Amino acid sequence: MIRAESVCVERSGRRLLDGVSMVLQPGQMAVIIGPNGAGKSTLMKALSGELPVSSGHVTYDATEVSRYNPRELAARRAVLPQASELAFPFTALEIVRMGAVAQGALDPSAAARAALARVGLSGFEGRAYPSLSGGEQQRVQFARALAQVPRPVEAGLARALFLDEPTASLDLGHQIAVLETARAFASQGGMVLAILHDLNLAAEFADRVVVLHRGRIVTQGPAAETLSDATIAEVYGIAGAVGRVPAAHVPFILPQARHGASA
Amino acid sequence: MRALTLPARWKRDDGDRSGQGVLCLVLLLLLLALACLISLGSGPTGVNLAHLWLYLTGRGSELAVQERVVLEAVRLPRTALGILVGAGLGVSGAMLQGLFRNPLADPGVVGVTSGAALFAVAGIVFGNGVLAPLSLVLGSQFLPLMAFFGGLLNTWLLYCIATRGGQTHTTTLVLSGIAVGALSAALTGLLIFMADDRQLRDITFWSLGSLGGATFARVLSVLPFVVLVTAIIPFVARGLDALILGDAAAFHMGVPVQRLKRLVILAVAAACGATVAVSGSIGFVGIVVPHLLRLVIGPAHRFLLPASAIGGGALLLIADSVARTVVSPAELPIGIITALFGAPVFLLLLLGRKGAHRGGDQP
Repeated sequence: MIRAESVCVERSGRRLLDGVSMVLQPGQMAVIIGPNGAGKSTLMKALSGELPVSSGHVTYDATEVSRYNPRELAARRAVLPQASELAFPFTALEIVRMGAVAQGALDPSAAARAALARVGLSGFEGRAYPSLSGGEQQRVQFARALAQVPRPVEAGLARALFLDEPTASLDLGHQIAVLETARAFASQGGMVLAILHDLNLAAEFADRVVVLHRGRIVTQGPAAETLSDATIAEVYGIAGAVGRVPAAHVPFILPQARHGASA
Repeated sequence: MRALTLPARWKRDDGDRSGQGVLCLVLLLLLLALACLISLGSGPTGVNLAHLWLYLTGRGSELAVQERVVLEAVRLPRTALGILVGAGLGVSGAMLQGLFRNPLADPGVVGVTSGAALFAVAGIVFGNGVLAPLSLVLGSQFLPLMAFFGGLLNTWLLYCIATRGGQTHTTTLVLSGIAVGALSAALTGLLIFMADDRQLRDITFWSLGSLGGATFARVLSVLPFVVLVTAIIPFVARGLDALILGDAAAFHMGVPVQRLKRLVILAVAAACGATVAVSGSIGFVGIVVPHLLRLVIGPAHRFLLPASAIGGGALLLIADSVARTVVSPAELPIGIITALFGAPVFLLLLLGRKGAHRGGDQP
């Protein structure tokens, strides 16, 4: 279990996080939403142990995160960063292999191939990373994170996946594919924390939605309770957007409807 | 499916270039052995491969004393020094490029070499004046140690400037490296201005780089530094790979980023300082060798670093053999040879890369 208690983060006089408390539980997928500059990435960095907190506590199973060394932390959680550029032409396989090596895989290359297959990139092993499209690069990075924590529970301890805007440059099909993989990771006992901008996806996939605004948590809980008209109006400044069908002549896409269609 | 439009290039098909890495290491070792034979068996004195063959097959007693001396006291230390200096330059170049995530980073670029050069020149200029006692005590190790401390000082300075709150930012590091390098160069210029004619000649020849005057004492003085920098390869290779994805990603994958950076900086400073000290500034080895190798085996450091060490040694031996023979019995400074070969190769590589980026595939 990963817990944040009254976490404050200050950088150059600005308070980026202000008294944030939340819990990441095994078997759950939590999603952070909020407008730009709300402190979503900062919260994720504090929880992943990357950013030291100014006050408050971040604990992994009741042990302060700062007491873990990088290697121990790497065994507990993997992080999917936002898009990154590479100066050197690694192949897709070599990128994913790094995650497998960090995990301590006996055959990192085979583990990397398996992870690539999980994100639907079999056959892309030999492609140079810089030559891939933005979406493909993001899926390679996702595969790297999966290779680092291939099993949601190991030695009785839940592993965590931190996903910073995992759907940013993906098409609709792959957005859902990535989130379903993350969802499955959570259902099998792992912990998932994702930052999403698409509120519909957040509503569909999150067990728990954390609404962040100006460094504070406005509300958190199941999507049905948190994504209310009042909250959206307060945080995003858009009133009356929740649960209403737009005017009849404007087509809209409702990915959630596929559940009904396939049933 | 995009997969179907893949160019049919077998070597990239499964993306795992470990096989290529191993094969490349074996081939480089063979090349190094060949370069050793050429280096030992060629030169202005007329001692050639036939003599070397006799010597190697245990019939050294059939050689004239003079020929034996040439092989044992001149060419052997020179060859050993060439391997060590080339290996040090190659591997420290590759490490710096990984650390800075920039294929153009080079000990010369970030001011490590110029710091070593400044202190060496100071040693030459003040060796009979202010620093005479030190020079007297240290004897032939005076210049090497001066250059080593110069390299270390600049790297340490660089690290202090570029590190804020325990984080080293690559851009700041490169930019302050250029500034520190420029400052060292200016101070070196000042010293040259103060130097007399004899010192000027020493400085000029030294700054062009040469393996001439190699002795076993020099080999021994550079050996520990090169051994150190190659010995840490297994401990830094994985971290340097991860670092290419960024400091944060490397930390996420369990790499103690700041400790890794400190270790690499220290090792690079030691290797560069020591090699500059024994052979002057020899450019382009640290930049061309890793660059060529990346095209063949990719950027994974567990192969790139040892291959750069072996390749650097081989390249320097070949360059030195050329330097000794083209204007024989005189000798060209080896720095000229490596620059003459290195600069055009480097430009070609840059042009190739540009096209590759537009085309979307790597050369």
